[in-house]
Amino acid sequence: MSTIQLNGAPRPLAAGTTLADLVTDVTGRELLPTGKPADGGRLGVAVARNSGIVPRSQWAVTALQRHDDIEIVTAVQGG
Amino acid sequence: MTQTLTQAEPLVIDGIALGSRLIMGTGGAPSLDGLGAALVASGTELTTVAMRRYSAPGPGSTGGTNLFDLLLENNIRVLPNTAGCFTAREAVMTAELGREALETDWVKLEVIADEHTLLPDALELVEATEALVERGFKVFAYTNDDPVLALRLEQLGAAAVMPLGAPIGTGLGILNPHNIELIVSRASVPVILDAGIGTASDAALAMELGCDAVLLASAVTRAQDPVAMAQAFRHAVIGGRLAAQAGRIPRRTHALASSAMEGRPDL
Repeated sequence: MSTIQLNGAPRPLAAGTTLADLVTDVTGRELLPTGKPADGGRLGVAVARNSGIVPRSQWAVTALQRHDDIEIVTAVQGG
Repeated sequence: MTQTLTQAEPLVIDGIALGSRLIMGTGGAPSLDGLGAALVASGTELTTVAMRRYSAPGPGSTGGTNLFDLLLENNIRVLPNTAGCFTAREAVMTAELGREALETDWVKLEVIADEHTLLPDALELVEATEALVERGFKVFAYTNDDPVLALRLEQLGAAAVMPLGAPIGTGLGILNPHNIELIVSRASVPVILDAGIGTASDAALAMELGCDAVLLASAVTRAQDPVAMAQAFRHAVIGGRLAAQAGRIPRRTHALASSAMEGRPDL
């Protein structure tokens, strides 16, 4: 089965999965095609794919490839 | 008069007016509820966060979207940092993630040399400042208490320079007040005393030395009573700024009586 790396751990990849699908799956928030949450709030996450930032506006049109290295980050306590 | 003084002069950075000159960090708090109460008690309008891997929010979670929501709910602007970065390359990438996630081009730039001192690596800091300014960021540069470096960072386009009082988390206060004064005297961007603050008098001293604001985290989040300590800092920053503007008396070697010697009764 195809896999990707998500935040340092392997994860199965179903064919046709987009970055938007992955972000929704991980955060539990439905997304508009713009990448903003459908609930009108703010998502507060960013995504890097193979060490390059993917803007939220591109999530819905970015199909995941096997062996992609994805990092989903957010604000945590610090500083 | 004093009310006017404190209220009429917000801290303005990048055209944004901040009513409080106390900038808070969020590190070290044992719970999100406790952190929220301390942030509200501090009166802060700007608070730093770190960028880390997403993990689903749950009971007792100290991260996830909970923290971002907490700040949004309390109308506190978020200042993403680059804590944990050792190189300019990592810091630029982390800043980009913060900008994308939190929709702000403000960044607290932290590029540290090693985990024991957590002191800024001057060379990487300069390189990262240059790169981030080029990319349109408003850089709050966490720096050594070095007047030469602070000026360099300003010349490179930093929106604010943030000299340390002492190494992060030490609570040692302001180890080199003279350098902080020198930095302030030559800066034309806001100077924010960052790191090393232990208690309220340290923050008051920073303001008396002429700093425009104070940034602290551990001194509140690791205090026995974080809410009470947050209130103490809120007042200390206001008091220190008022004192700086009020013009202190000169230091004297010998005593100077405050009661007149003339007119004493013959006892």
